[in-house]
Amino acid sequence: MLNVGELHEGIVLDHIQAGKSMDIYYNLGLDKLDCCVAIIKNARSNKMGKKDIIKIEGSIDLVDLDILGFIDHNITVNIIRDSVIVEKKDLTLPKTITNVIRCKNPRCITSIEQELKHIFVLTDEEKQIYRCKYCEEKYERH
Amino acid sequence: MKHLLSPMDLSVEELDQLLDLASDIAANPKKYARCCEGKKLATLFYEPSTRTRLSFEAAMLNLGGSVLGFSSADSSSAAKGESVSDTIRVISCYADIAAIRHPKEGAPMVASTKSLIPVINAGDGGHQHPTQTLTDLMTIRSLKGGLGNLTIGLCGDLKFGRTVHSLIESLVRYENIRFVLISPPELRVPDYIREDVLNDKHIEYKEVQKLEDVMGELDILYMTRVQKERFFNEEDYIRMKDFYVLDKAKMELAKPDMLVLHPLPRVNEISVEVDDDPRASYFKQAQFGVYVRMALIMTLLGIAAPDAKEV
Repeated sequence: MLNVGELHEGIVLDHIQAGKSMDIYYNLGLDKLDCCVAIIKNARSNKMGKKDIIKIEGSIDLVDLDILGFIDHNITVNIIRDSVIVEKKDLTLPKTITNVIRCKNPRCITSIEQELKHIFVLTDEEKQIYRCKYCEEKYERH
Repeated sequence: MKHLLSPMDLSVEELDQLLDLASDIAANPKKYARCCEGKKLATLFYEPSTRTRLSFEAAMLNLGGSVLGFSSADSSSAAKGESVSDTIRVISCYADIAAIRHPKEGAPMVASTKSLIPVINAGDGGHQHPTQTLTDLMTIRSLKGGLGNLTIGLCGDLKFGRTVHSLIESLVRYENIRFVLISPPELRVPDYIREDVLNDKHIEYKEVQKLEDVMGELDILYMTRVQKERFFNEEDYIRMKDFYVLDKAKMELAKPDMLVLHPLPRVNEISVEVDDDPRASYFKQAQFGVYVRMALIMTLLGIAAPDAKEV
């Protein structure tokens, strides 16, 4: 068992699907942070078999919960203060998501308009369908 | 600021009000001849379109307003690389309302976010063409007396035809609507129309391949063009192409009061011999298109119908 040092103050993203931590690391912009970030891959999990965990030394403001909710709303977000979990945040599917995914429709205005934000809107919560705000093309998760 | 980007931007009540106004314009065109005096419509057409652009221009001129604009991207600042956002900001200084056609889907929505004047989507790629849908709805309502209790046959390219998708989405909001979808297997309506619109709303429909088999059931036949290049192989095209050509023989199978509609341009999917049939309504549709655009321009500009006594 590998031990990663205790987090005194910060955020733990737990129950990340095994192998997805690096995607989340880049999508949340954690690579640009100055603080200490630990990525634990393939940790043992009773619930999931294997899981990834990310520990971030810093405030919750460093994490965009909308982006995280879009990537996987089953991830657990724990806020740590004085080495104790003081809060657990529930993730939900965000209503809109901006500049995280790109519209792949070559006929969409986003393909040519200068500096136009790529905005996707949650059009069906039950089926978790996001569509481009402009051309309404469905975003296909792989 | 109110814009029209998709036919679904209008509630059923708003749609009914708009069509009421269009019907009054059709009945009393002179009453409206000066409604938009001093107002300017900009037609920003980044791709060629004879019918839609001239219909918008005729609508504004009929209201006593004036028009300015361009009819291809080559003759606009887009050729120099100007963004849609910048163009509409500038046009907002020149005109009171704008109609935009653009090959890129969502371009009118981008324009609407930066515009100081109402924006009308006059067709954005394969996405939306709301004023065609309004035209179709007005034609049906005017000639059939309402938008409910109808069996509507949609024939031809139901996969890529944006007018078909918008018409289905608009009509399912009315009572007792039934669809007969007539197309080759390659060109069936997309899954999202079948699942999210027809099945979800429990709308009765059936899908068939031969127009002859269902002609007698229809109150409306909405024809669209089937393009050869949409087929996967030549054999299928040759086998099926005649299914989707409307001629006198097929018209004999139809109800005496069935209407034939077509968004135009027609190529060969409706034989010219059908044009003289009183049920052929596609040229009347073009006339209704002007009235409904007049009503739309007035509504978006916030201009009320003049009192008959003032005229």
